[in-house]
Amino acid sequence: MDTQIADPTLITYDVERVRADFPVLSRTVHDKKGKPGKPLVYLDSAASAQKPRQVIDAMTRFLEEDYSNIHRGVHFLSQTATDQFEAVRGKVARFLNAPSERNIVFTRSATEAVNLVAHSYGRAFLSEGDEVIVSIMEHHANIVPWQLLQADKGVRIKVVPVDDRGVLDLDAYADLLSDRTKLVAITHCSNVLGTVTPAKEIARLAHERGVPVLFDGSQAAVHGVVDVQNIDADFYVMTGHKLYGPTGTGVLYGKYDLLKKMPPYQGGGDMIESVSFEGTTFKLPPARFEAGTPAITEVIGLGAALDYIESLGREAIAAHEHDLLRYATEKLSQVEGVRIIGTAPGKGPILSFTVEGVHPHDVGTIVDQYGVAVRVGRHCAEPLSERFGVGPTARASFALYNTRAEADALVSSVIAVKEFFGA
Amino acid sequence: MMDELRELYQEVILDHGKNPRNFRHPDDANREAKGENPMCGDRFMIYLKLKDGVVEDVAFQGRGCAISTASASMMTEVVKGKTEAEAKALFETFHDLCTKDDHEHGDHGPVDEEAMEKLMVMSGVRQFPVRVKCATLAWHAMNAAIEGQDKASSE
Repeated sequence: MDTQIADPTLITYDVERVRADFPVLSRTVHDKKGKPGKPLVYLDSAASAQKPRQVIDAMTRFLEEDYSNIHRGVHFLSQTATDQFEAVRGKVARFLNAPSERNIVFTRSATEAVNLVAHSYGRAFLSEGDEVIVSIMEHHANIVPWQLLQADKGVRIKVVPVDDRGVLDLDAYADLLSDRTKLVAITHCSNVLGTVTPAKEIARLAHERGVPVLFDGSQAAVHGVVDVQNIDADFYVMTGHKLYGPTGTGVLYGKYDLLKKMPPYQGGGDMIESVSFEGTTFKLPPARFEAGTPAITEVIGLGAALDYIESLGREAIAAHEHDLLRYATEKLSQVEGVRIIGTAPGKGPILSFTVEGVHPHDVGTIVDQYGVAVRVGRHCAEPLSERFGVGPTARASFALYNTRAEADALVSSVIAVKEFFGA
Repeated sequence: MMDELRELYQEVILDHGKNPRNFRHPDDANREAKGENPMCGDRFMIYLKLKDGVVEDVAFQGRGCAISTASASMMTEVVKGKTEAEAKALFETFHDLCTKDDHEHGDHGPVDEEAMEKLMVMSGVRQFPVRVKCATLAWHAMNAAIEGQDKASSE
């Protein structure tokens, strides 16, 4: 007899059980002379997420039992390590609903994945006067690689604006698309505003003109289900360390016909078929783009992180995070003088704000004394901070392990900031 | 914990942060340098009027946190009227104050003791290493302006 649960999100999300998986979350900060300080309230997961025991253990186990270089050994360990490494490629493909694991290129970071496309695809297929469309809310990682291409090839960068809520202006985007457009590179979820962009529509409009689209999924892949085939992304980049995995892991998804016609990004071992001084031939993707020994242990850790996320359920995680965002937004909005930047409908669990009369850097220092870790500054998105005329902001971001009590701690620490400054 | 915060944000700092002194652009300034902290986005322009080796006027504009604004404001108060050498000695001594324990302070030549006493309120930043850059940003820019450079970065 089958016992099926109609709606998995109806199962209560047990956040305390989840927290027990993350060793760092039980620590205190600002301990003095053996006296415990404040419990850590970690609201900076959009910068980098903490790691569950499952990830730490997987990496330790791999190092203790199976570690070896990959793709090059006939010996037992090398084959074992290769099998485990390549299995993660399959996990990533399923995570993004890619048609095949050969669509998945491992990089060091999402930043490197964007640079790979700009360098390889950009230099091969874009030339002077061609246009790349980005949005005003891009992370510097999805601006600067295109500016380097601009300097190198004379391409032009066009910028899609957002409205005062932080919603992408689709009409303006449609107007920017032209015969000169050769690539669109837009975030799938803003790291400052939390805005989720209409990826499918962005891709559809670009494809009407035969223009490929790259999405920066560094935040989006963390907070919901990404289906690269459904949105019809040509390129999709994400990073492992925001997905509860280790640093040093990034992913480039690419449609295979595009990857196949792209020249190598870096040269070295593992990406060649044969090397001679008369001429070298390159492997097919993804190997073509993976020169040198990759972050093997870290990729194993990323695989464990994806397993962990799947074990909790991505819908359940998203529902939990959305509840926290709604709760924290409501509480924080009630504090006089607090302005929330980014109010797009359906946004991700990212809460940027300013406190009237207090610089965000001072906000950050004071809430930190209460154990509350937030990011302050321009969040690597300087053009956006200018757009909203606020300069730097403080940013709280919510993850699968945060609680309503932590949202309360944020709010009371912000009230303390105001009292401190008499603001 | 809160004691350290009070130590960092002393009343005098909060006052300078809210009501910065010499927050203007003098018409007759003949040196200027930008001070920028790319991490947090603090940006100041420091303006100097140097004549015969003396800082006749010093002022600043820009935006930053309470610590960096207060430090810039206090810097303009103590540097005005100093010779270039005296201003640089103050910069070096102040830098030590923000970054080193008392017994490690170097000798940077004769320094205005009264000015240093005023600046003592900034020493709380030593407990907050990431905020040292805030406290020293305007000073780096002032020093750059004296040396004829147009910018200083605290990174």
